[in-house]
Amino acid sequence: MTAATAPDMRPAPKLSTLTWVNIFTRLLAIQGSWNYETLLGNGIGFCVEPALRGLPGGVHGPAFKAAVTRQSAYFNAHPYLAAVAVGALARAELSEVPPDRIERFRTALCGPLGSVGDRLVWAGWLPFCSLLALLLFGLGVRPSYLIITFLLLYNAGHLALRAWGLHVGWSRGLGVASALANPVLRHGPTHVARAAAAVAGVALPLTAAGLLGHRVTFVGSVLAMAACVAVVLVRLHGRVEGYKLALVLIALFALVSVAR
Amino acid sequence: MIDLLPLAMLGAILGLDVVCFPQAMISRPLIAATLGGAVAGEPSMGILVGVTLELIALATLPFGASRYPEWGSAAVVGGGIAGALHHDSAGGLTIGVLAALATAWIGGMTLVQLRLWNAWLARRKRPALDAGSRGAVIGLQLAGLSSDMIRAGLLTAGSYAALFPVARAIQGVWSISEPTSRAFVVGLACAVAGAAAWTIFHSARGARWYFAGGLVVGFAILMGR
Repeated sequence: MTAATAPDMRPAPKLSTLTWVNIFTRLLAIQGSWNYETLLGNGIGFCVEPALRGLPGGVHGPAFKAAVTRQSAYFNAHPYLAAVAVGALARAELSEVPPDRIERFRTALCGPLGSVGDRLVWAGWLPFCSLLALLLFGLGVRPSYLIITFLLLYNAGHLALRAWGLHVGWSRGLGVASALANPVLRHGPTHVARAAAAVAGVALPLTAAGLLGHRVTFVGSVLAMAACVAVVLVRLHGRVEGYKLALVLIALFALVSVAR
Repeated sequence: MIDLLPLAMLGAILGLDVVCFPQAMISRPLIAATLGGAVAGEPSMGILVGVTLELIALATLPFGASRYPEWGSAAVVGGGIAGALHHDSAGGLTIGVLAALATAWIGGMTLVQLRLWNAWLARRKRPALDAGSRGAVIGLQLAGLSSDMIRAGLLTAGSYAALFPVARAIQGVWSISEPTSRAFVVGLACAVAGAAAWTIFHSARGARWYFAGGLVVGFAILMGR
Protein backbone atom coordinates (compact mmCIF):
# COMPACT_ATOMS: atom_id res chain seq x y z
CA MET A 1 0.00 0.00 0.00
CA THR A 2 1.45 3.35 -0.99
CA ALA A 3 1.43 6.45 1.15
CA ALA A 4 0.80 9.25 -1.36
CA THR A 5 1.13 12.62 0.35
CA ALA A 6 -2.07 14.60 0.90
CA PRO A 7 -1.64 18.34 0.25
CA ASP A 8 -1.56 19.43 3.89
CA MET A 9 0.12 16.43 5.48
CA ARG A 10 3.64 15.28 6.13
CA PRO A 11 4.64 11.98 4.52
CA ALA A 12 3.86 9.10 6.89
CA PRO A 13 6.31 6.33 7.69
CA LYS A 14 5.94 3.09 5.77
CA LEU A 15 3.96 0.41 7.58
CA SER A 16 4.99 -3.24 7.32
CA THR A 17 2.84 -5.80 5.50
CA LEU A 18 2.24 -7.54 8.82
CA THR A 19 0.84 -4.31 10.28
CA TRP A 20 -1.54 -3.92 7.32
CA VAL A 21 -2.69 -7.53 7.68
CA ASN A 22 -3.17 -6.93 11.41
CA ILE A 23 -5.25 -3.79 10.79
CA PHE A 24 -7.33 -5.43 8.05
CA THR A 25 -8.05 -8.50 10.18
CA ARG A 26 -9.08 -6.27 13.07
CA LEU A 27 -11.41 -4.36 10.75
CA LEU A 28 -13.48 -7.54 10.44
CA ALA A 29 -14.09 -7.34 14.20
CA ILE A 30 -14.54 -3.58 14.41
CA GLN A 31 -18.03 -3.91 15.91
CA GLY A 32 -16.87 -6.36 18.59
CA SER A 33 -17.58 -4.02 21.50
CA TRP A 34 -20.36 -1.94 19.87
CA ASN A 35 -22.48 -0.26 22.54
CA TYR A 36 -25.03 2.53 22.91
CA GLU A 37 -22.54 4.97 24.52
CA THR A 38 -19.37 4.97 22.42
CA LEU A 39 -20.88 3.05 19.45
CA LEU A 40 -17.94 2.08 17.22
CA GLY A 41 -15.39 4.09 19.24
CA ASN A 42 -13.45 1.28 20.88
CA GLY A 43 -13.44 -0.61 17.58
CA ILE A 44 -11.68 2.29 15.86
CA GLY A 45 -9.05 2.37 18.61
CA PHE A 46 -8.67 -1.41 18.31
CA CYS A 47 -8.08 -1.22 14.54
CA VAL A 48 -5.76 1.81 14.57
CA GLU A 49 -3.65 0.48 17.43
CA PRO A 50 -1.19 -1.63 15.36
CA ALA A 51 -0.30 1.47 13.31
CA LEU A 52 0.08 3.64 16.43
CA ARG A 53 2.93 1.41 17.65
CA GLY A 54 5.08 3.33 15.18
CA LEU A 55 4.69 6.59 17.10
CA PRO A 56 7.78 7.99 18.88
CA GLY A 57 8.40 6.10 22.14
CA GLY A 58 6.48 3.00 21.03
CA VAL A 59 3.61 1.50 23.04
CA HIS A 60 4.92 2.94 26.31
CA GLY A 61 5.38 6.48 25.01
CA PRO A 62 3.00 9.38 25.81
CA ALA A 63 2.22 9.91 22.11
CA PHE A 64 0.92 6.34 21.78
CA LYS A 65 -1.18 6.56 24.94
CA ALA A 66 -2.69 9.91 23.96
CA ALA A 67 -3.51 8.60 20.48
CA VAL A 68 -5.11 5.40 21.85
CA THR A 69 -7.32 7.47 24.19
CA ARG A 70 -8.31 9.80 21.33
CA GLN A 71 -9.11 7.00 18.91
CA SER A 72 -11.16 4.96 21.39
CA ALA A 73 -13.67 7.73 22.04
CA TYR A 74 -17.19 7.87 20.57
CA PHE A 75 -17.39 7.18 16.83
CA ASN A 76 -20.16 6.21 14.45
CA ALA A 77 -19.92 4.91 10.89
CA HIS A 78 -20.98 2.04 8.71
CA PRO A 79 -18.75 -0.90 9.76
CA TYR A 80 -17.34 -1.45 6.25
CA LEU A 81 -16.69 2.22 5.48
CA ALA A 82 -15.15 2.69 8.93
CA ALA A 83 -12.03 1.41 7.14
CA VAL A 84 -11.78 4.87 5.53
CA ALA A 85 -11.65 6.43 9.00
CA VAL A 86 -9.16 3.87 10.29
CA GLY A 87 -6.77 4.54 7.39
CA ALA A 88 -7.13 8.32 7.57
CA LEU A 89 -6.83 8.50 11.37
CA ALA A 90 -3.79 6.20 11.41
CA ARG A 91 -2.17 8.43 8.79
CA ALA A 92 -3.02 11.60 10.72
CA GLU A 93 -1.63 10.22 13.98
CA LEU A 94 1.59 8.98 12.40
CA SER A 95 2.00 12.32 10.59
CA GLU A 96 1.75 13.96 14.04
CA VAL A 97 -1.13 16.22 13.09
CA PRO A 98 -2.16 18.39 16.11
CA PRO A 99 -4.61 16.48 18.40
CA ASP A 100 -7.39 19.10 18.25
CA ARG A 101 -7.36 18.91 14.46
CA ILE A 102 -7.53 15.12 14.52
CA GLU A 103 -10.50 15.29 16.90
CA ARG A 104 -12.37 17.75 14.67
CA PHE A 105 -11.64 15.60 11.62
CA ARG A 106 -12.80 12.48 13.48
CA THR A 107 -16.10 14.13 14.40
CA ALA A 108 -16.66 15.35 10.85
CA LEU A 109 -16.18 11.85 9.39
CA CYS A 110 -18.97 10.19 11.41
CA GLY A 111 -22.05 11.32 9.47
CA PRO A 112 -21.00 10.72 5.85
CA LEU A 113 -19.41 7.33 6.53
CA GLY A 114 -22.64 6.18 8.16
CA SER A 115 -25.19 7.33 5.63
CA VAL A 116 -23.20 6.44 2.50
CA GLY A 117 -22.45 2.94 3.79
CA ASP A 118 -26.03 2.30 4.87
CA ARG A 119 -27.39 3.21 1.45
CA LEU A 120 -24.72 1.38 -0.51
CA VAL A 121 -24.49 -1.83 1.52
CA TRP A 122 -27.53 -2.42 3.77
CA ALA A 123 -30.10 -0.97 1.37
CA GLY A 124 -28.28 -1.91 -1.83
CA TRP A 125 -25.62 -4.57 -2.13
CA LEU A 126 -26.97 -6.94 0.55
CA PRO A 127 -30.59 -7.04 -0.75
CA PHE A 128 -29.26 -7.38 -4.31
CA CYS A 129 -27.10 -10.41 -3.44
CA SER A 130 -29.85 -11.91 -1.31
CA LEU A 131 -32.44 -11.54 -4.09
CA LEU A 132 -30.02 -12.99 -6.62
CA ALA A 133 -29.59 -16.06 -4.38
CA LEU A 134 -33.39 -16.37 -4.15
CA LEU A 135 -33.60 -16.12 -7.93
CA LEU A 136 -31.06 -18.93 -8.28
CA PHE A 137 -33.18 -21.02 -5.91
CA GLY A 138 -36.24 -20.27 -8.05
CA LEU A 139 -34.34 -21.34 -11.16
CA GLY A 140 -33.57 -24.66 -9.51
CA VAL A 141 -29.85 -24.17 -8.93
CA ARG A 142 -28.37 -26.65 -6.42
CA PRO A 143 -28.35 -25.27 -2.83
CA SER A 144 -24.58 -25.61 -2.47
CA TYR A 145 -23.99 -23.60 -5.65
CA LEU A 146 -26.39 -20.81 -4.71
CA ILE A 147 -24.87 -20.51 -1.22
CA ILE A 148 -21.35 -20.36 -2.67
CA THR A 149 -22.45 -17.84 -5.31
CA PHE A 150 -24.09 -15.63 -2.68
CA LEU A 151 -21.07 -15.72 -0.34
CA LEU A 152 -18.52 -15.12 -3.11
CA LEU A 153 -20.49 -12.28 -4.69
CA TYR A 154 -21.42 -10.53 -1.45
CA ASN A 155 -17.95 -10.81 0.06
CA ALA A 156 -16.22 -9.69 -3.13
CA GLY A 157 -18.03 -6.38 -2.64
CA HIS A 158 -17.67 -6.42 1.14
CA LEU A 159 -13.93 -7.08 1.26
CA ALA A 160 -13.20 -4.81 -1.70
CA LEU A 161 -15.00 -1.95 0.05
CA ARG A 162 -13.02 -2.45 3.26
CA ALA A 163 -9.71 -2.71 1.37
CA TRP A 164 -10.51 0.36 -0.74
CA GLY A 165 -11.55 2.29 2.36
CA LEU A 166 -8.32 1.49 4.19
CA HIS A 167 -6.22 2.34 1.13
CA VAL A 168 -7.95 5.62 0.34
CA GLY A 169 -8.01 6.66 4.01
CA TRP A 170 -4.30 6.06 4.40
CA SER A 171 -3.27 7.62 1.10
CA ARG A 172 -5.38 10.80 1.48
CA GLY A 173 -5.30 11.27 5.25
CA LEU A 174 -7.11 14.44 6.26
CA GLY A 175 -8.07 15.01 2.62
CA VAL A 176 -10.14 11.83 2.49
CA ALA A 177 -13.47 13.68 2.30
CA SER A 178 -12.99 14.08 -1.45
CA ALA A 179 -12.85 10.29 -1.80
CA LEU A 180 -16.45 10.13 -0.62
CA ALA A 181 -17.39 11.89 -3.86
CA ASN A 182 -16.21 8.76 -5.69
CA PRO A 183 -18.79 7.89 -8.42
CA VAL A 184 -19.27 4.41 -6.94
CA LEU A 185 -20.32 5.92 -3.62
CA ARG A 186 -22.38 8.73 -5.16
CA HIS A 187 -24.22 6.90 -7.92
CA GLY A 188 -23.64 3.28 -6.87
CA PRO A 189 -26.66 3.05 -4.52
CA THR A 190 -29.06 4.13 -7.29
CA HIS A 191 -27.70 1.64 -9.83
CA VAL A 192 -27.62 -1.18 -7.29
CA ALA A 193 -31.18 -0.32 -6.22
CA ARG A 194 -32.40 -0.51 -9.84
CA ALA A 195 -30.64 -3.83 -10.39
CA ALA A 196 -32.03 -5.17 -7.11
CA ALA A 197 -35.54 -4.02 -8.03
CA ALA A 198 -35.33 -5.89 -11.36
CA VAL A 199 -33.96 -9.02 -9.67
CA ALA A 200 -36.69 -8.76 -7.00
CA GLY A 201 -39.34 -8.72 -9.72
CA VAL A 202 -37.96 -11.86 -11.38
CA ALA A 203 -37.11 -13.62 -8.12
CA LEU A 204 -40.42 -13.32 -6.24
CA PRO A 205 -42.63 -15.44 -8.53
CA LEU A 206 -39.87 -17.96 -9.21
CA THR A 207 -39.00 -18.33 -5.52
CA ALA A 208 -42.65 -18.79 -4.63
CA ALA A 209 -42.91 -21.42 -7.37
CA GLY A 210 -39.77 -23.13 -6.06
CA LEU A 211 -41.31 -23.35 -2.59
CA LEU A 212 -44.86 -24.24 -3.63
CA GLY A 213 -44.30 -26.40 -6.69
CA HIS A 214 -44.61 -25.24 -10.26
CA ARG A 215 -48.40 -24.97 -10.68
CA VAL A 216 -48.73 -21.53 -12.25
CA THR A 217 -52.37 -20.85 -11.28
CA PHE A 218 -51.77 -21.85 -7.66
CA VAL A 219 -48.59 -19.76 -7.43
CA GLY A 220 -50.40 -16.88 -9.16
CA SER A 221 -53.27 -16.89 -6.67
CA VAL A 222 -50.91 -17.06 -3.68
CA LEU A 223 -48.91 -14.14 -5.10
CA ALA A 224 -52.08 -12.13 -5.78
CA MET A 225 -53.05 -12.46 -2.12
CA ALA A 226 -49.46 -11.69 -1.11
CA ALA A 227 -49.62 -8.50 -3.20
CA CYS A 228 -52.71 -7.35 -1.26
CA VAL A 229 -50.94 -7.92 2.07
CA ALA A 230 -47.83 -6.18 0.70
CA VAL A 231 -49.86 -3.09 -0.18
CA VAL A 232 -51.23 -2.97 3.37
CA LEU A 233 -47.70 -3.40 4.75
CA VAL A 234 -46.35 -0.58 2.57
CA ARG A 235 -49.16 1.70 3.74
CA LEU A 236 -48.37 0.79 7.35
CA HIS A 237 -44.63 1.30 6.84
CA GLY A 238 -42.91 2.22 10.06
CA ARG A 239 -45.79 1.11 12.26
CA VAL A 240 -45.65 -2.66 11.70
CA GLU A 241 -42.46 -4.67 11.24
CA GLY A 242 -42.83 -7.38 8.60
CA TYR A 243 -41.28 -10.16 10.65
CA LYS A 244 -43.45 -9.41 13.67
CA LEU A 245 -46.59 -9.46 11.54
CA ALA A 246 -45.44 -12.77 10.06
CA LEU A 247 -44.76 -14.15 13.56
CA VAL A 248 -48.23 -13.22 14.84
CA LEU A 249 -50.11 -14.45 11.74
CA ILE A 250 -48.22 -17.75 11.51
CA ALA A 251 -48.74 -18.32 15.27
CA LEU A 252 -52.50 -17.74 14.79
CA PHE A 253 -52.48 -20.07 11.78
CA ALA A 254 -50.75 -22.76 13.86
CA LEU A 255 -53.29 -22.24 16.62
CA VAL A 256 -56.17 -22.75 14.19
CA SER A 257 -54.51 -25.85 12.78
CA VAL A 258 -54.04 -27.33 16.24
CA ALA A 259 -57.49 -26.35 17.57
CA ARG A 260 -59.52 -27.61 14.59
CA MET B 1 -33.95 -34.37 19.66
CA ILE B 2 -30.68 -33.96 17.79
CA ASP B 3 -27.49 -33.35 19.73
CA LEU B 4 -27.66 -29.80 21.09
CA LEU B 5 -23.93 -29.12 21.19
CA PRO B 6 -23.19 -28.95 17.43
CA LEU B 7 -26.32 -26.88 16.88
CA ALA B 8 -25.36 -24.48 19.71
CA MET B 9 -21.83 -24.15 18.31
CA LEU B 10 -23.19 -23.43 14.84
CA GLY B 11 -25.60 -20.88 16.30
CA ALA B 12 -22.76 -19.26 18.26
CA ILE B 13 -20.57 -18.86 15.17
CA LEU B 14 -23.38 -17.62 12.92
CA GLY B 15 -24.80 -15.36 15.64
CA LEU B 16 -21.37 -13.77 16.00
CA ASP B 17 -21.35 -13.02 12.27
CA VAL B 18 -24.54 -10.93 12.49
CA VAL B 19 -22.81 -7.90 14.04
CA CYS B 20 -19.40 -8.60 15.55
CA PHE B 21 -17.23 -10.82 13.34
CA PRO B 22 -16.74 -10.99 10.38
CA GLN B 23 -20.11 -9.83 8.95
CA ALA B 24 -19.53 -12.02 5.91
CA MET B 25 -23.27 -12.81 5.89
CA ILE B 26 -22.81 -16.49 6.64
CA SER B 27 -25.56 -15.64 9.15
CA ARG B 28 -28.15 -14.95 6.43
CA PRO B 29 -31.18 -17.21 6.93
CA LEU B 30 -30.62 -18.89 3.57
CA ILE B 31 -27.27 -20.23 4.78
CA ALA B 32 -27.90 -20.55 8.52
CA ALA B 33 -31.14 -22.52 8.16
CA THR B 34 -29.60 -24.82 5.54
CA LEU B 35 -26.71 -25.56 7.89
CA GLY B 36 -29.14 -26.02 10.81
CA GLY B 37 -31.12 -28.47 8.69
CA ALA B 38 -27.87 -30.24 7.74
CA VAL B 39 -26.99 -30.71 11.43
CA ALA B 40 -30.44 -32.29 11.86
CA GLY B 41 -29.74 -34.52 8.84
CA GLU B 42 -32.13 -32.71 6.45
CA PRO B 43 -30.41 -29.86 4.56
CA SER B 44 -33.19 -29.96 1.94
CA MET B 45 -35.75 -29.01 4.60
CA GLY B 46 -33.31 -26.45 6.00
CA ILE B 47 -33.05 -24.61 2.70
CA LEU B 48 -36.84 -24.39 2.37
CA VAL B 49 -36.99 -22.74 5.80
CA GLY B 50 -33.98 -20.60 4.85
CA VAL B 51 -35.50 -19.33 1.60
CA THR B 52 -38.78 -18.47 3.36
CA LEU B 53 -36.92 -16.65 6.14
CA GLU B 54 -34.66 -14.89 3.62
CA LEU B 55 -37.77 -13.38 2.02
CA ILE B 56 -38.91 -12.09 5.40
CA ALA B 57 -35.41 -10.92 6.36
CA LEU B 58 -35.29 -8.61 3.32
CA ALA B 59 -37.32 -6.18 5.42
CA THR B 60 -34.57 -5.97 8.03
CA LEU B 61 -32.07 -3.17 7.45
CA PRO B 62 -29.45 -3.15 10.22
CA PHE B 63 -28.91 0.62 10.25
CA GLY B 64 -26.67 1.92 13.03
CA ALA B 65 -28.26 1.72 16.46
CA SER B 66 -31.64 0.47 15.21
CA ARG B 67 -33.13 -2.63 16.85
CA TYR B 68 -33.56 -5.62 14.58
CA PRO B 69 -34.13 -9.38 14.81
CA GLU B 70 -31.11 -11.66 15.05
CA TRP B 71 -31.43 -13.98 12.06
CA GLY B 72 -28.24 -16.05 12.41
CA SER B 73 -29.00 -18.13 15.51
CA ALA B 74 -32.73 -18.00 14.77
CA ALA B 75 -32.38 -19.55 11.33
CA VAL B 76 -30.17 -22.32 12.77
CA VAL B 77 -32.96 -23.11 15.25
CA GLY B 78 -35.66 -22.98 12.55
CA GLY B 79 -33.70 -25.15 10.11
CA GLY B 80 -32.74 -27.58 12.89
CA ILE B 81 -36.32 -27.98 14.13
CA ALA B 82 -37.83 -28.34 10.65
CA GLY B 83 -35.12 -30.86 9.78
CA ALA B 84 -35.72 -32.92 12.90
CA LEU B 85 -39.54 -33.10 12.58
CA HIS B 86 -41.36 -35.92 10.76
CA HIS B 87 -41.23 -35.31 7.01
CA ASP B 88 -44.26 -37.41 6.16
CA SER B 89 -46.53 -35.19 8.32
CA ALA B 90 -47.78 -31.70 7.41
CA GLY B 91 -46.66 -28.44 9.00
CA GLY B 92 -42.89 -28.98 9.19
CA LEU B 93 -41.97 -25.86 7.19
CA THR B 94 -44.58 -23.71 8.94
CA ILE B 95 -43.46 -24.80 12.41
CA GLY B 96 -39.77 -24.34 11.54
CA VAL B 97 -40.40 -20.81 10.26
CA LEU B 98 -42.51 -19.99 13.32
CA ALA B 99 -39.75 -21.23 15.66
CA ALA B 100 -37.17 -19.17 13.78
CA LEU B 101 -39.28 -16.00 13.88
CA ALA B 102 -39.85 -16.36 17.62
CA THR B 103 -36.12 -16.92 18.18
CA ALA B 104 -35.23 -13.96 15.93
CA TRP B 105 -37.49 -11.71 18.00
CA ILE B 106 -35.94 -12.87 21.29
CA GLY B 107 -32.49 -12.73 19.69
CA GLY B 108 -33.04 -9.06 18.84
CA MET B 109 -33.71 -8.38 22.49
CA THR B 110 -30.55 -10.24 23.53
CA LEU B 111 -28.56 -8.04 21.13
CA VAL B 112 -29.85 -4.96 22.96
CA GLN B 113 -28.78 -6.51 26.29
CA LEU B 114 -25.36 -7.31 24.82
CA ARG B 115 -24.90 -3.67 23.84
CA LEU B 116 -25.87 -2.53 27.33
CA TRP B 117 -23.40 -5.07 28.75
CA ASN B 118 -20.66 -3.74 26.43
CA ALA B 119 -21.43 -0.20 27.60
CA TRP B 120 -21.15 -1.31 31.24
CA LEU B 121 -17.80 -2.95 30.51
CA ALA B 122 -16.60 0.20 28.74
CA ARG B 123 -17.60 2.38 31.73
CA ARG B 124 -15.64 0.08 34.04
CA LYS B 125 -12.59 0.38 31.81
CA ARG B 126 -12.95 4.16 31.40
CA PRO B 127 -9.97 5.10 33.67
CA ALA B 128 -7.70 2.67 31.80
CA LEU B 129 -8.95 3.93 28.42
CA ASP B 130 -8.37 7.53 29.49
CA ALA B 131 -4.81 6.54 30.42
CA GLY B 132 -4.25 5.17 26.89
CA SER B 133 -4.04 1.51 27.86
CA ARG B 134 -3.86 -0.71 24.77
CA GLY B 135 -4.70 -3.68 27.00
CA ALA B 136 -8.02 -2.04 27.90
CA VAL B 137 -8.88 -1.39 24.25
CA ILE B 138 -8.03 -4.94 23.15
CA GLY B 139 -9.60 -6.47 26.26
CA LEU B 140 -12.89 -4.66 25.68
CA GLN B 141 -13.00 -5.82 22.10
CA LEU B 142 -12.29 -9.44 23.02
CA ALA B 143 -14.81 -9.32 25.89
CA GLY B 144 -17.49 -8.04 23.50
CA LEU B 145 -16.72 -10.71 20.91
CA SER B 146 -16.73 -13.50 23.52
CA SER B 147 -19.96 -12.24 25.09
CA ASP B 148 -21.68 -12.18 21.71
CA MET B 149 -20.56 -15.70 20.91
CA ILE B 150 -21.78 -16.98 24.28
CA ARG B 151 -25.06 -15.07 23.83
CA ALA B 152 -25.69 -16.62 20.43
CA GLY B 153 -24.75 -20.13 21.58
CA LEU B 154 -27.02 -19.95 24.63
CA LEU B 155 -29.84 -18.47 22.55
CA THR B 156 -29.59 -21.30 20.02
CA ALA B 157 -29.39 -24.05 22.64
CA GLY B 158 -32.11 -22.53 24.83
CA SER B 159 -34.52 -21.89 21.96
CA TYR B 160 -34.03 -25.31 20.44
CA ALA B 161 -34.40 -27.09 23.78
CA ALA B 162 -37.54 -25.12 24.61
CA LEU B 163 -39.19 -25.10 21.18
CA PHE B 164 -38.46 -28.55 19.76
CA PRO B 165 -40.76 -30.47 22.16
CA VAL B 166 -43.50 -27.90 21.52
CA ALA B 167 -42.91 -28.14 17.75
CA ARG B 168 -43.17 -31.94 17.83
CA ALA B 169 -46.36 -31.78 19.89
CA ILE B 170 -47.89 -29.24 17.51
CA GLN B 171 -47.01 -31.33 14.47
CA GLY B 172 -48.68 -34.31 16.10
CA VAL B 173 -52.06 -32.54 16.05
CA TRP B 174 -51.54 -30.43 12.92
CA SER B 175 -54.76 -30.57 10.90
CA ILE B 176 -54.32 -28.25 7.88
CA SER B 177 -52.91 -29.87 4.74
CA GLU B 178 -49.27 -29.32 3.76
CA PRO B 179 -50.05 -27.44 0.49
CA THR B 180 -52.35 -25.00 2.33
CA SER B 181 -49.93 -24.57 5.24
CA ARG B 182 -47.06 -23.95 2.89
CA ALA B 183 -49.09 -21.55 0.73
CA PHE B 184 -49.99 -19.49 3.80
CA VAL B 185 -46.38 -19.15 5.00
CA VAL B 186 -44.87 -18.61 1.55
CA GLY B 187 -47.57 -16.08 0.63
CA LEU B 188 -46.91 -14.16 3.82
CA ALA B 189 -43.14 -14.26 3.25
CA CYS B 190 -43.62 -13.00 -0.33
CA ALA B 191 -45.84 -10.19 0.97
CA VAL B 192 -43.18 -9.08 3.44
CA ALA B 193 -40.48 -9.35 0.74
CA GLY B 194 -42.56 -7.44 -1.79
CA ALA B 195 -43.29 -4.65 0.70
CA ALA B 196 -39.60 -4.56 1.69
CA ALA B 197 -38.47 -4.39 -1.92
CA TRP B 198 -40.86 -1.53 -2.59
CA THR B 199 -39.83 0.36 0.55
CA ILE B 200 -36.11 -0.03 -0.14
CA PHE B 201 -36.06 0.63 -3.87
CA HIS B 202 -38.96 2.88 -4.76
CA SER B 203 -37.00 6.07 -4.06
CA ALA B 204 -34.40 5.20 -6.73
CA ARG B 205 -35.44 6.81 -9.99
CA GLY B 206 -37.09 4.31 -12.32
CA ALA B 207 -36.72 1.41 -9.88
CA ARG B 208 -40.46 0.71 -9.84
CA TRP B 209 -40.33 0.09 -13.62
CA TYR B 210 -37.37 -2.24 -13.20
CA PHE B 211 -39.40 -4.10 -10.56
CA ALA B 212 -42.47 -4.28 -12.80
CA GLY B 213 -40.33 -5.43 -15.75
CA GLY B 214 -38.73 -8.06 -13.54
CA LEU B 215 -42.16 -9.36 -12.52
CA VAL B 216 -43.17 -9.74 -16.17
CA VAL B 217 -39.97 -11.67 -16.90
CA GLY B 218 -40.45 -13.81 -13.77
CA PHE B 219 -44.01 -14.80 -14.69
CA ALA B 220 -42.99 -15.38 -18.30
CA ILE B 221 -40.29 -17.83 -17.18
CA LEU B 222 -42.80 -19.49 -14.87
CA MET B 223 -45.39 -19.95 -17.60
CA GLY B 224 -42.76 -21.13 -20.08
CA ARG B 225 -41.85 -24.10 -17.88
